[in-house]
Amino acid sequence: MIRRLFLVVWLMAGAAMPALAFQQPAAQSEYVPVKDLPPVDQLPAAPLLVAAYSFIWLAAMFYLWTIWRRIGKVETEMRALEQRRSHSR
Amino acid sequence: MRKAFFPMLVVTAAMFAYAPVVIAHADYESTMGLVQKVMYFHAPSGMVMLISAVVCGVASALYLWKKDPAADRVAIAAAELTALFGLIVLVTGPLWARKAWGVWWVWEARLTMSFVGWLIAVGYLFVRKYGGPGSDKLAAGLAVFGTANVPFIYVSVNIWRTMHPMTTVVPTLQPGMRGTFWFSALTIFMLYGLLLAARVHLERQRTALDQLYLAEED
Repeated sequence: MIRRLFLVVWLMAGAAMPALAFQQPAAQSEYVPVKDLPPVDQLPAAPLLVAAYSFIWLAAMFYLWTIWRRIGKVETEMRALEQRRSHSR
Repeated sequence: MRKAFFPMLVVTAAMFAYAPVVIAHADYESTMGLVQKVMYFHAPSGMVMLISAVVCGVASALYLWKKDPAADRVAIAAAELTALFGLIVLVTGPLWARKAWGVWWVWEARLTMSFVGWLIAVGYLFVRKYGGPGSDKLAAGLAVFGTANVPFIYVSVNIWRTMHPMTTVVPTLQPGMRGTFWFSALTIFMLYGLLLAARVHLERQRTALDQLYLAEED
């Protein structure tokens, strides 16, 4: 008996599920200013996006510059060494 | 390669400069809105970080096996780029997460494993710089270990319950986002190729300099 009752309740709940799922959202009863929202929702997205893009640019340019500088150093040293060798001959 | 380097650099820089226009025209994601557009650089940078770790590991394995100095040059260049793109991922990710999740960082599987992957690359570079004689082989072993970490980073979002989007996101991107994503990805891949070529060239020049010093000593 209890099992049957449980089955009926379960089936009724299952049938009511789609109706509950498609309930319309509650009507807005008041407007909330942005400043009253939690800090996360107040956070503007644009500065974060710009910061991310700028960081990639800066990191790539800085790294390219360090490679350039290191290659320059090595090539200067190579030239100096070759000159020294040609003088000593 | 040297002849193609500067034209390719100009093309990549132009693509990089044009990318914000393409990204601005991409569709907005329904729940995250504008901040989701960080993905167009964050995800390709993550892909490049993983590819670079694999390149470093494979080159290191070749160096340990064949003792080929050319493989070692590729390995050290790829390790530096793994650290660079790893840093980009670890900086741009929190900028996205702060708005989307409400926190800068969470110690969940994908983020933690990516951080570990970056630490391995940085560890490799420290070993190479301060390890003394024999550090090249020690670092090569570390790089192979770093490569073993890569598949775990990739599948972590599918295996464990994480806040990070799953790997199915990129293959299922809608047409309004797909083109933008692959444009940004191509830009980042080209940047990676150029930086790798430049860094390998630096290592080749260093080898040539060492040989000059040895010749002088003789």
